[in-house]
Amino acid sequence: MVDIRQLRVRDGDVLVLVGTMKGAFLFRSDARRARWEMGGPHFPGLPVYAMAYDDRAGRRRLWAAPTSMHWGPTVSWSDDFGRAWSGEGAGPKFPAETGATLARVWQIRPGRAEEPDTMYCGAEPAALFISGDAGASWSLCRGLYDHPHRAKWHPGGGGLCLHTIVPHPARKGTIHVAISTGGVYRTDDGGKSWRTAHKGVRAQFLPDPHPEFGQCVHKIVSHPSRPDRFFLQNHWGLYRTDDGGGSWQDIARGVPSDFGFAMEVHPHDPDTVYILPLESDQFRCTPEGKLRVYRTRNGGGSWQALARGLPQEDAFETVLRDAMAADTCETAGLYFGTRSGKLFGSRDGGTSWRALAEGLPPIVCVKTARVAARARKGRAPARRGRQAPARA
Amino acid sequence: MSVVVQIPGPLRPYAEGRPVVTLEAGPATVADALAALWSRHPSLRDRVLDDQGRVRPHVNIFVGSESIRDCGGLDAPVPDGAEIAIIPAVSGG
Repeated sequence: MVDIRQLRVRDGDVLVLVGTMKGAFLFRSDARRARWEMGGPHFPGLPVYAMAYDDRAGRRRLWAAPTSMHWGPTVSWSDDFGRAWSGEGAGPKFPAETGATLARVWQIRPGRAEEPDTMYCGAEPAALFISGDAGASWSLCRGLYDHPHRAKWHPGGGGLCLHTIVPHPARKGTIHVAISTGGVYRTDDGGKSWRTAHKGVRAQFLPDPHPEFGQCVHKIVSHPSRPDRFFLQNHWGLYRTDDGGGSWQDIARGVPSDFGFAMEVHPHDPDTVYILPLESDQFRCTPEGKLRVYRTRNGGGSWQALARGLPQEDAFETVLRDAMAADTCETAGLYFGTRSGKLFGSRDGGTSWRALAEGLPPIVCVKTARVAARARKGRAPARRGRQAPARA
Repeated sequence: MSVVVQIPGPLRPYAEGRPVVTLEAGPATVADALAALWSRHPSLRDRVLDDQGRVRPHVNIFVGSESIRDCGGLDAPVPDGAEIAIIPAVSGG
């Protein structure tokens, strides 16, 4: 029986949620972020590609999406920081007429603050699921699933996945999603209709490097204060758009490689973005054996290597698309995890780093949370089916 | 005549901890037996079957010592007094 370590989380704590190939781990610290305590593994033995924290409507809810090779994927939530998990029987399912089966959940995303019961899931095979009742039930977004392009989307190395969901913070009905390989798609009517939003993004692995669709977008990020500006890490290529994806400009100046997966925007500065370049698609490791984060402070005009505290010798690391995240503290914290199971953190906006953990299973997901004081009890999703405890 | 269904360890939390569930109704096929099992423990269904009601690829179901993949799938007959076992395949990483 696996011993699952539980954390005592306090108001004001910073949490780092770490999904690995063998379970989920939680790290907590107070706002100084000087000392970290680890909890877990939750869902031991199971890959956890998606985690999230929902603090809308007074909730303090963790979300996780473990996938069992034998028993399939589930979407679970916990209102007590992992002591008990719920959600069995309530997760996304493909309707019978699609003939499809959920293989994995790649993204769990709470909706806009003004819609506290709206949740999104990004799935494999590539699809968007939407919940209007805080995750008690989910519906396939047919507008995207029935898009005529879908039949010609192709899986990348990780599978055909919808891995990133960015709801517009102010404009109800506008959502951007990223699909590998499909590209960036945008809806302005809440999911009824979708159009591509990746003009200018290359697909240099195809005969036509500027196809209508088929780009292998690894990650998109956007700052809420400038919601029509996005940054994009492509399967080769770094880009920025200022018009919601209408056109993209190449911003790969001064980076050792424009191949990579992870990307994050600074929580307080829409001009500051972080990436973790990898050598190439053939050698998906940090260039020159040096683990370096790159930061732009001018919207991609130039990039600066951040290496203080990171290994600079024989460090052939890989950081995947969802494995970097920022916290929302006044002085931003940055965190990323490697496929070799190392978790690094910075509490000065990326200027210096230190290892928070080494020897975890391969890390596929890093998210953060800031635990607010409990205001009122959040509304729990209505239970469908019986509840089961976290699997051991 | 009753039929016994063996529940593997990882799925017992979905079956109130039971290692064995006894079905009294005498199901004619594996599909009938599983339907009776789901009615008592609904959360088991989505763990054993996929979104389209197919047995998940890394799950094996036996009637006695015979895998249902070799004897009719979910339509495989269930003799009176048979034992049905749900067993995870030898796979992982």
